Amino acid sequence: MTALQRTWADRGGRGGLLVLAFLVLLALLGPLALPDPRAQPDLATGTLRPPTAAHLLGTDHLSRDVLSRVVTGARVSLSVAVGAVLLAVTLGAGVGVVAGYAGGWVDAALMRTVDAALAVPRIFLLLLVTATMERIPLGALVLLLGVTGWFGTSRLVRSEVLRLRALDFVRGAEALGAGPGRIVRQHLLPNVLRPLTVATTLAVGDVILLEAGLSFLGLGVQPPMPSWGGMIYEARPYLVDAPWTSLAPGVAIVLAVLAVNLVGEALAADRGGLPA
Amino acid sequence: MTALLEVRDLRIAFPAPGGDRHPVDGVSLTVAPGELLALVGESGSGKTLTGLALLRLVPPPGRIEPGSSIRLDRTDVLALADEPLRQLRGRKAAMVFQDPLASLNPVLTVGEQVSETVRAHFPVTARAARQRAEALLAEVGLPDPARRYAAYPHQLSGGMRQRVMLAIALAAEPALLIADEPTSALDVTVQAQVLALLDRLRAAHGMAVLLITHDLGIVASRADRVAVMQAGRIVETAPTAALFRAPAHPYTQSLLAAIPRLPRAAGGAT
Amino acid sequence: MTAPLLEVQDLVVHYPGGGLFRRGAPVCAVNGVSFSVARGETLALVGESGSGKSSLARTILRLQAKQGGTVRFGGTDLFALRGRALRAERRRLQIVFQDPASSLNPRMRIGDAVAEGLAIHALAPRAEWPARVAALLGEVGLDPALAARWPHELSGGQKQRVAIARALAVEPALVVLDEAVSALDVSVQAQVLTLLTTLQQRRGLAYLFIAHDLAVVAQVAHRVAVLYAGRVVEEGPVGSILTAPRHPYTQALLAAVPAPDPSAPPPRLLLQGDPPDPSALPPGCPLWPRCPHPARDAHCQAERPALRPVGPTHAACHHAGPAA
Ligand SMILES: Nc1ncnc2c1ncn2[C@@H]1O[C@H](COP(=O)(O)OP(=O)(O)OP(=O)(O)O)[C@@H](O)[C@H]1O
Ligand SMILES: Nc1ncnc2c1ncn2[C@@H]1O[C@H](COP(=O)(O)OP(=O)(O)OP(=O)(O)O)[C@@H](O)[C@H]1O
Ligand code: SF4
Ligand SMILES: [Mg+2]
Ligand SMILES: [Mg+2]
Repeated sequence: MTALQRTWADRGGRGGLLVLAFLVLLALLGPLALPDPRAQPDLATGTLRPPTAAHLLGTDHLSRDVLSRVVTGARVSLSVAVGAVLLAVTLGAGVGVVAGYAGGWVDAALMRTVDAALAVPRIFLLLLVTATMERIPLGALVLLLGVTGWFGTSRLVRSEVLRLRALDFVRGAEALGAGPGRIVRQHLLPNVLRPLTVATTLAVGDVILLEAGLSFLGLGVQPPMPSWGGMIYEARPYLVDAPWTSLAPGVAIVLAVLAVNLVGEALAADRGGLPA
Repeated sequence: MTALLEVRDLRIAFPAPGGDRHPVDGVSLTVAPGELLALVGESGSGKTLTGLALLRLVPPPGRIEPGSSIRLDRTDVLALADEPLRQLRGRKAAMVFQDPLASLNPVLTVGEQVSETVRAHFPVTARAARQRAEALLAEVGLPDPARRYAAYPHQLSGGMRQRVMLAIALAAEPALLIADEPTSALDVTVQAQVLALLDRLRAAHGMAVLLITHDLGIVASRADRVAVMQAGRIVETAPTAALFRAPAHPYTQSLLAAIPRLPRAAGGAT
Repeated sequence: MTAPLLEVQDLVVHYPGGGLFRRGAPVCAVNGVSFSVARGETLALVGESGSGKSSLARTILRLQAKQGGTVRFGGTDLFALRGRALRAERRRLQIVFQDPASSLNPRMRIGDAVAEGLAIHALAPRAEWPARVAALLGEVGLDPALAARWPHELSGGQKQRVAIARALAVEPALVVLDEAVSALDVSVQAQVLTLLTTLQQRRGLAYLFIAHDLAVVAQVAHRVAVLYAGRVVEEGPVGSILTAPRHPYTQALLAAVPAPDPSAPPPRLLLQGDPPDPSALPPGCPLWPRCPHPARDAHCQAERPALRPVGPTHAACHHAGPAA
């Protein structure tokens, strides 16, 4: 049985997977069936239309179709989150393995750096950088979210590696004459994969929220490109008069984060058929 | 005397390509209060799985087949709901696992692991639990228990870890102790101390022991009865003396014939 | 005589006492152990639980640091080697760990675990690995089909035999076997011991055989060293040690062996109390507080006895004489 199958067997995990699959499908296929998110069909006659058959979630203050924008926003928000997390996890795993396996001053230097970085709130770092930039390109945003997101992962991986190093099978590989590369690839990484997957999944939720927060402050994804947080930012003035404009992206954020966390928790509870 | 443990027709299935495998295939045995039943047999014959099944700890995807029956102190173990099952584990029956290092938690000190078990089963303060844990570690013959309380599993020798496992199993004062190779890492003098402790607990509290072992010297000197297992089945059960005198099954005979023996000592040792 | 294959001299292994044990009082696991093993020879290492056997084993393989002494393997100082040279030398010196369950990578299938040494040292073309693995598993009495399984799907004794097969796969010159047959039933055990002996005769393989089961030691060892509190207290040919031991500890050990015969008298427990605290070893004889020797005296408490020839063996006891 694969980890995916076991997550599916978990009730929460299955719900999370279904919602995620739904969101991803929507992001991939939705734009084919829906109106152009940039179109402003009746800008002249009326904006902020409530939901109708033509605009299932209504239109916004620029008369754009909200559903189209939520769906296109899903592409942006989800790919920013996934990209940033993949970058963060790669960095974190790399640093964690090196620190845990090399030990000594390498470990000390890396971990003190991580301690220092963790002492500064991430949102503060992000605000500092984004606020100084005029317009932040999407790639830079991914980079930024990734580079500020690996500290916790590196700690987790390091402590796992330290635990594994004390076990005889790592010593046994050394005794067989395995070099550091092989020990890391064959013996350490496969055994940190599970906690790493859990951490990764949960981090995706965090980053969706972070990106939404930044965009909501006008510091993340820049209009007119739709992202969930950015949509809420743009909809602020109409919160009372046209609640659908902010509600739709809000619900999307909650659903995505919830789904990701459900999957993460199912993965965390799963022992992968290994003995306790 | 009524049996404390009564296992009938226990079958354990593991899914495998081309149909289920049954590493335990129709095991029946009984253990009376205070009795020591030795379970011996081929490596891979299903002894450990049988022991795990008694606590419903068969690792998934393995499962106990319908038609099996395990009665422990008149409770139907296989019918228990989760909560009563948790209470049964430890208190009615506890297990000493075969692989100490793999079964101990690497990030907790061994003392914490013993006192945790004490607190899980008795309403005592943390301090009382700690004292009890130290006493237990002393009883199983761990030298300098007060200090080793704070040691992590990897800081102990193999035999010390084995004694810690035993202390954890004894912490809840179980009616039945399932001990899977509990002395394989102990030298004969420490081994004798540990076995004497089990004898005392059997005499004082009527604790029953299901002792899984390969050491036929221990079997000969300590067991009341012996069950011999091969390929998932029990092929012979007999009182110890009778089994050693006249083994009935060919496998038992070959086993007894393979026992390595010490050379005759000049001065009468052995 | 040719130079020994493995030569250990005055080896000292201490664990730092910081943190959990009393700060500044290191755990003295091995305190000046010397011995040698020749090609084609089996030296058995026996001794009380916690006497430092596994620490000694790991240090000989250079899997942990030593605080003193030397380890020479095939004439070279193992602790002086670095990088590639060290890894190449390691092939000839293998170990089977005491805890089979934690000595196998839970994320590596049995077949890959056994073949790992072949891969590291490119000992055979990849296409030949499965056949080699199957042959090795067969030799230790395992069904070759187990190659496709994960370690947690094996019984204790099966894992132990996989660990043995894995060590033998690289055709070493010396194997350290730390309680390597303790989880095997006597008939499988006999099969594995026969395999070890055959390999020894065929290839001149040497073994450092750590075991608690003295009957097994009798079967495979040429010489025996008895460890107590991190020191060798008696050393000699297997026949003498097991039938006419000179050191009181060895005598107590032998007296405690339960006979595989229900009608035999129960074993005698001559040793009471605990072994000495390894972080505060006494200045005199380490056995003194619990020594069953009738001649034990104040001299024993004050001065540590050195290893000296007593009859056919060497014993570290002031009063060792003819067999008690
Ligand atoms: N989790 C598992 N999945 C699949 N097969 C298993 C699993 N655990 C054990 N087995 C198989 O079941 C059989 C019985 O295993 P068990 O551990 O009960 O043997 P055992 O009698 O305790 O042997 P040993 O004396 O070697 O410890 C073995 O052939 C083993 O390979
Ligand atoms: N990593 C460690 N840190 C601190 N102390 C240790 C460590 N490993 C072992 N020790 C201590 O060193 C001593 C010797 O342990 P070792 O494992 O070498 O004994 P052993 O002879 O193999 O015993 P056994 O027969 O029980 O396996 C013990 O007192 C043990 O607690
Ligand atoms: S030196 Fe003394 S105390 Fe030590 S073993 Fe000999 S008789 Fe016993
Ligand atoms: Mg077993
Ligand atoms: Mg050991």
